[in-house]
Amino acid sequence: METTTHPVAATPADRLAINQLGLWLFFASEAMLFAAFITARFYLVGVWRPATVNEPLGAAMTLALLLSSALAYRGLRAFQRGDRPTALRSLRGTLLLGCLFVVGVIIEWSTAEFSIVSPYGTAFFSTTGLHVAHLISGLIILALVSRLVRSGHLSPERPWGVLAAVRYWTFVDALWVLVIYPVLYLL
Amino acid sequence: MWGAFHSIGRGLLWAVLGFAVGAGGLAIVRLLTGHSAWSFEASFSLGYLGALAGWLMGVGMWERWGRTWFGLPAAGEGPHDWRRYLTFTTDHKVIGIQYLVTFIAVFLLSGLLAMLIRVQMLDPVHPLLDPGTYNRVMSMHGILMIAVAVAAIIGGFGNYVIPLLIGAEDMAFPRLNALSYWLIPPVAILLLLSQAFGGWDSGWTAYAPLSERNASGQVLFNLAIITFGLSSILGGLNFIATIIHLRARGMGWARLPIFAWAIFITSWIALLYTQFFAAALLMVQLDRIAGTSFFKSAAGGAPLLYQHIFWFYSHPAVYVMALPAFGIVLEILPHFARKPLFAYRWAIAGFLGILLMSGGVWAHHMFVAGMSETLLAPFLVTTEIISIPTGLVFLSALGTIWMGRLWLRPPMLFALGMIFNFLIGGITGIFLADVPTDIALHDTYFVVAHFHYTIVGGEIFALFAALYYWFPKMTGRLYHERLAQLHFWLMLIGFNGTFLPMFWLGLHGMNRRIATYPVQLQGVNEVVSLMAFLLGLSFVFFVANMGYALLRGPKAAANPWAARTLEWQVASPPPLENFPRPPVVTGHPYDYGVPGSAHGVIPREGAAGTLA
Repeated sequence: METTTHPVAATPADRLAINQLGLWLFFASEAMLFAAFITARFYLVGVWRPATVNEPLGAAMTLALLLSSALAYRGLRAFQRGDRPTALRSLRGTLLLGCLFVVGVIIEWSTAEFSIVSPYGTAFFSTTGLHVAHLISGLIILALVSRLVRSGHLSPERPWGVLAAVRYWTFVDALWVLVIYPVLYLL
Repeated sequence: MWGAFHSIGRGLLWAVLGFAVGAGGLAIVRLLTGHSAWSFEASFSLGYLGALAGWLMGVGMWERWGRTWFGLPAAGEGPHDWRRYLTFTTDHKVIGIQYLVTFIAVFLLSGLLAMLIRVQMLDPVHPLLDPGTYNRVMSMHGILMIAVAVAAIIGGFGNYVIPLLIGAEDMAFPRLNALSYWLIPPVAILLLLSQAFGGWDSGWTAYAPLSERNASGQVLFNLAIITFGLSSILGGLNFIATIIHLRARGMGWARLPIFAWAIFITSWIALLYTQFFAAALLMVQLDRIAGTSFFKSAAGGAPLLYQHIFWFYSHPAVYVMALPAFGIVLEILPHFARKPLFAYRWAIAGFLGILLMSGGVWAHHMFVAGMSETLLAPFLVTTEIISIPTGLVFLSALGTIWMGRLWLRPPMLFALGMIFNFLIGGITGIFLADVPTDIALHDTYFVVAHFHYTIVGGEIFALFAALYYWFPKMTGRLYHERLAQLHFWLMLIGFNGTFLPMFWLGLHGMNRRIATYPVQLQGVNEVVSLMAFLLGLSFVFFVANMGYALLRGPKAAANPWAARTLEWQVASPPPLENFPRPPVVTGHPYDYGVPGSAHGVIPREGAAGTLA
């Protein structure tokens, strides 16, 4: 991805290491943004949550994300082996599961029995909203990257775009599975 | 001539289109869900997201970067003359100068607002401005100067100098670097535009619940600062990757110039903490437009939460301002004392100590805010402890001057001025860290004096030290020595004359952020205002000197200070690719007077790796 007319003196291996570091730093920064919203949840309502939170739907959405991450990883490995059809199939599956998750959020938001005005609702709608915004950006990136894989612009020799997109997707999934889902649905 | 503004013009046009897409998209959703099409604060926010994307793409990101996302070839760099300063350029030297020119302009503009504040303070009975206008002027002065303090040194000198200092060709992510800069103009436009929507009178701190109840200008402020935070985060990320990966061969961490160390540590603070300011303002924004109640106590929210989240960023932010300043001073002192930097490793330990502790002191800003009393003593203690690593850095500066043969050129004068001012700023900070004295001094001019001593006396003096130090390198020209010295002495006298009496005013009960004050304090306030005008006057000499140097200044040699660091080993200004061949570092940067030592060499052609 990184080509400029004013190149940085670095071998492709260095370039990949630099890009990976940059991506991890970005994740660290984004994690802090979510940390602020999680803090707000505990500050406003402690560990309390209303009994009406839709637990089955939350569990189903979590499952969809877990599966999508596994598929994205499978796609990445296939892409690195040079197996483009499997890679594209897996990425399409990831996209589909991601879209299902967004549908889940829409259902959740329109059927929730607590109001956005309540302190728990404030934490719930803002945190899930922030997360789904990240997730939609991940969907767009995955869709763009899939196009580039299909057209041959990204190949096992130039893997960064796929690597970055899959890593970002996994990061956004992990935020949900490890932090947001337990904090909003399970406590 | 006008062709040079082609990129910016296209950026503005795409921004307008982007605004229409964003606000129009929201209008459709609102109409479908049975609302009116337009609701100012929500529609403007969504429209702004579109406008920001349009602006960035239009100004050059699409051509240079966005096209590759669709498998299209990216456009190359534009012409290599003055016009590239107005385009999406990836050269770190151009970006550094873009930052510097922008923020010095903002600094001077915001300085004029400070002059206005001092005119106001001449007469407590018949003030110039009504209280509402005064609050908006004070707020604008605050946030513009905070922006200067956060970005002028890091964005300006960090970008220009760091790759040269570490022997690299450019930053690790050149296009991200250009993106970081071009996020700044929307911030400026929003802050100016906000005045057309009632402005904001909540200070730069934007405390809720005031920031949730005032005019819609606040919404523009929130969007501006969230954008500015993004720029700061991406900049920090870039510096960390650059300094880790692009150091010249032989430049181990123990040979890294101290300014690069300072920027490295600062970047971690910017990367990790800036999100909290963004988060706090995003919560205000959601409370205003989405119906949440983070800070609405009537609905179960907690206004104090705003202060916790805000200060969790904004205290570390003072280190984002102070550490690069110390980096510059420690960078300049050895060259002008002709001595090795004293206690180099201890100074770095000090930087690291500040980084580790910076997230654990924030609530000392909130001693009177009504938080739990059990938190008072712990935050008093952590705040006192963080002065220990700060002291290490300070002692490194003093030890370097000690017994040196000081070469009192303008950069050195400003560096020494910074040390003098920061000492006063540091000592008066103790009274604000201690709970009993802080309860009495909170929200008085004592606080105003204290933080102006650390930020203006500390950082802005360092900014000018850096400017006079690297100006010959950046422009290839020399400024007028006497004018620069006049600027220094007027600024030093004007600055101390303005802010030293403010400690006294604070002790006598003059409240900050109030349009007037008790009549018996008028005499001292008149002195303060006159000295402030002198401080303002000093910058006239600065601007005149810059104009003279750029138009008529004599040509600068490659190394006018006989300095050892790498940026002085190439021509002034440096060529596009910085170094003809990658330099090799063989020794410590500051070993002045050590026989036979050398910091780095640029290998001769065909003899890579051997000593020149």
